[in-house]
Amino acid sequence: MATAEFAGKTVELDADGNLVNLADWNEDVARAIATEEGIAELTDEHWKVINFMRQVFEAEGDAPSIRRLGKESGVDTKGLYRLFPKGPAKKSARIAGLPKPKGCI
Amino acid sequence: MTDHTTPQPIEKVSIIISKGSLEAVYPGLIMANGARMEGIEAQLFFTFFGLEAVIDRKMDKLKVATVGNPAMHMPTLIGALPGMSALATSMMKKEIEKLDIPPIREFITLIHDSGCEIYGCKATVDMFHLTKEDFCPEVDDVITVGEFYEKSAGAQIIFT
Repeated sequence: MATAEFAGKTVELDADGNLVNLADWNEDVARAIATEEGIAELTDEHWKVINFMRQVFEAEGDAPSIRRLGKESGVDTKGLYRLFPKGPAKKSARIAGLPKPKGCI
Repeated sequence: MTDHTTPQPIEKVSIIISKGSLEAVYPGLIMANGARMEGIEAQLFFTFFGLEAVIDRKMDKLKVATVGNPAMHMPTLIGALPGMSALATSMMKKEIEKLDIPPIREFITLIHDSGCEIYGCKATVDMFHLTKEDFCPEVDDVITVGEFYEKSAGAQIIFT
């Protein structure tokens, strides 16, 4: 199992590079993963999306679809791609400490 | 020297949608949206009957084809009965909604907002005597096949 160091913490990563243990996550870890993803600063809007991802995952066991993310996270589709240019669902899930979303949409 | 041993990740796709039945339009839309979700650049080109998916007065009325499709497991004569296509369409729409896949119009908006460019085919537009006003607002332009290839520089072209 691969490991990495984020914000001074050694964490286990899965094959996609996402955290294995949700408990390893904190806001500093999120900032460190974001930096690795090329996002220099996590703004309030980023946090809106990250927190929504975590909420849905906690309640339902999978991350929301891009459709739902655009409708319910408080950030619309254009905004999502502006905040996470290389794939909003995939990237925000990784920064939120969650596994890669399973759905096709 | 090019490294032939490591496959390069796909950076751009150019997807052609050439058929206008519901089951023929969705795969191309799902692939375009999926590309954008993976951070892959994408553009959509609608041609021939595929154009119906972006014609404002038609895009909400696309139907599943119930004849000429052996995988429907429905005898052709049954598939041809009035109402069969409407029935199959409403069943498919229900299943699609369960997967959180949007209806065509909403999907086109979602895909366009995600940064995918959307084009109509000039030859088809001329053949069916259409104008730009016939299309939904997400259609960026009507272009020739030559322009399509120009815009597809560096892309994988996918024909559906």
